[in-house]
Amino acid sequence: MAATIPLSALPVGRTAVLRSYPTAGAAFLRFREMGLLPGTTVTLVRTAPLGDPLEIQVRGYRLTLRRSEAEAIVVEPAAS
Amino acid sequence: MTSPVLPFPAPAPAASGRTPVYALVGNPNCGKSTLFNALTGLKQKVGNYPGVTVEKKIGTVYSQHGQPMQVIDLPGAYSLAARSPDEAVTRDVLLGRRSDTAQPDRILCIVDATNLERNLYLVHQILDLGRPVILVLNMMDLATQAGLQIRVAKLEKELGIPVIPCEAAHGRGLIELKVAMSRPDLPLPRHRWDIPSPIAPAVSELQASLVENDRKAPLSARAEALLLLTDQDTIRVAGSTPLSGRTAEILRSWQKRWEGEGTDWAATLVSSRYDAITRLCADLVERDDRPSNASSTSDRIDGVVTHPMWGWLVLGGIMALLFLSIFTLAEYPMNWIDGHIASLADLVKESMSPGDLRDLITDGAIGGVGGVLVFLPQILILFFFIGLLESTGYMARAAFIMDRLMSRVGLNGKSFIPLLSSYACAIPGIMATRTIEDSKDRLVTILVAPLMSCSARLPVYLLMIAAIVPGDQVPILTKVGLMLLMYALGTFGAFGFAWLFKRTLLKGVPPLMIMELPPYRLPRLRDVVLQMVERGGLFLRRAGTIILGISIVLWFLSTYPKAPEGASSQEQMAHSFAGKAGRILEPAIKPLGFDWQIGIGIIASFAAREVFVSTMGVVFNAQSEDDEDTAPLRQALAAAKWPDGSRLFTPLTCLSLMVFYVFAMQCISTIAIVRRETNSWRWPLFQLAYMTGTAWLLSLVVFQGGRLLGF
Repeated sequence: MAATIPLSALPVGRTAVLRSYPTAGAAFLRFREMGLLPGTTVTLVRTAPLGDPLEIQVRGYRLTLRRSEAEAIVVEPAAS
Repeated sequence: MTSPVLPFPAPAPAASGRTPVYALVGNPNCGKSTLFNALTGLKQKVGNYPGVTVEKKIGTVYSQHGQPMQVIDLPGAYSLAARSPDEAVTRDVLLGRRSDTAQPDRILCIVDATNLERNLYLVHQILDLGRPVILVLNMMDLATQAGLQIRVAKLEKELGIPVIPCEAAHGRGLIELKVAMSRPDLPLPRHRWDIPSPIAPAVSELQASLVENDRKAPLSARAEALLLLTDQDTIRVAGSTPLSGRTAEILRSWQKRWEGEGTDWAATLVSSRYDAITRLCADLVERDDRPSNASSTSDRIDGVVTHPMWGWLVLGGIMALLFLSIFTLAEYPMNWIDGHIASLADLVKESMSPGDLRDLITDGAIGGVGGVLVFLPQILILFFFIGLLESTGYMARAAFIMDRLMSRVGLNGKSFIPLLSSYACAIPGIMATRTIEDSKDRLVTILVAPLMSCSARLPVYLLMIAAIVPGDQVPILTKVGLMLLMYALGTFGAFGFAWLFKRTLLKGVPPLMIMELPPYRLPRLRDVVLQMVERGGLFLRRAGTIILGISIVLWFLSTYPKAPEGASSQEQMAHSFAGKAGRILEPAIKPLGFDWQIGIGIIASFAAREVFVSTMGVVFNAQSEDDEDTAPLRQALAAAKWPDGSRLFTPLTCLSLMVFYVFAMQCISTIAIVRRETNSWRWPLFQLAYMTGTAWLLSLVVFQGGRLLGF
């Protein structure tokens, strides 16, 4: 199995597959409902001018999330 | 192991006898408002759901044969597991939980065809409800541009409901939609999906109880049972019917049992819905992989707009343009309104015999309401700009850019625009806080918004600056510097209090910043104007009565008791209740450097801050024919003395007075709006107390500190 990193450590422009998630917390239920599920492909599009929040592409649309939440989401970077 | 839970459809009863009621639902940014406006035209009623500040919009659509149908435009939602008051209202109406709104007969689901998977999540939940559903695939043109081919007939067959491709922004597909809506025999969705079998007994038991104890329809009860079991942090809003005791008890016992087992059924359920959607979409959507124009244009714009350097310039430029247009464009209609209110008052004066009733009408009612109406152009222009920023998609970018800074005081990027708007007027700012999902964040933003120096403070600042540095040949930099100081003071005050409130009174989880960045779209002028008119009307209706009431009270206070015959307006003011109140107030404000005459100004300007200037004109008997010319008033202020002969308006007193106006809550319109937006008197009164308390304290520090330093 390839190495996993937190979503927050993904370089800008890179794509990764979402692996795991904290189970607790309202934030993470909403993430799921927005289509971020284990196995979903996400691309880190850019960060805001001050480095936080992050903009990701998921299921063909753009979503923002804070770095603090992205730290808890584990992804597996796709081979480049 | 899984088992299908939802049964095959029974034929839906024909909606005969009465007008069918449709609920219009969809994700934010999918073109829902555009479709609603296109369907109903101007035949809309805009109000509020009682107890919550969520807009309630109802419109009438006519079928091709002139048969009327009602459409309720429900707030945009991503899921029935609500995370904001808006989403909670959508959920409650659909589940028939609101006593003020009957459960809709049929549901009109609108989705963004360019973003089918995520949009279908809500549809999937709605299909559970067991009501006839029509699915509208909006933005088909953009989907084609993006290289997406959607097999509409296949989708219809899979879901068993009418699917109507549509371009609401260009009016395409509306006729087909109206034809479908007027069908008497809309089928129920053929909706089968596998829910994990361990949940099934819980769903059945809860469903039975909902039917028996809460009088719910069986299918709707099943959907509600699923939702109740998997949405534990659910938010409740006023006006929602609570569960019966028995049902709540069953729910608690299942939740307890699952907590012990440690399985996250909510997550499992979301995954199984998305699995079903992914399977569906694999067959439905053909994607050619050429890079799409629409999304790459959006990306190019974002390359500039969210660029580490250009981003700030764009943001600054847009905000500068916004304020420039508010202050220049608004001037003409403001003068026009001012003129007409004056001539209306004159007309009444001519046609009625002199007396208190006449004065009550002209000075109390017309004058008081006019003083607020004058700000309507600014408020409308601001609503227009906010609408424009929202509909183009820039609003989300501004929140994205500003989030980091706003997080320093515990808020998120969505508080930025409301606070910024408050520089012009706190009312549109406070009404714009509705886009903030978290209720505590929203409340904090509402509480601090009036600290941003609004345009009504400008006349007060200008008069005081003129009094500090008399003569017209003063260095312009001193004036500008003083003005900037006041704005900075208000801004730091707002952020300071936001920080304080988030740490003490309204402590909550750190706010999230889960926000969709929709592609940039050309704004629909009609939708933006319609929304501006609706919000302006809402403001007038909400604030109107309170403003009228307080204007009359303030008129009464400055008119009675009557001074002896032949007294000047200056003597009348001194003799009135307001004059007496000024004297009673004097001990409290003397430490700030104010005498009882300034006290009258403070009391009178409680209606609106700029009234201070005209009140000072009356109090110091320095009214000029031309409102714009403050020279006589400046001279009068310079000549004003304390009883011991020392100068009243020393630079220090003026500075103290300015600081007072930066912080004091001197605006009944704002109080009225905060009362409406927070649904209680508690928060506007708290706001009044903390702001005026701070104003008093800081003015005291300025005046006494200045004196100690020898000014």
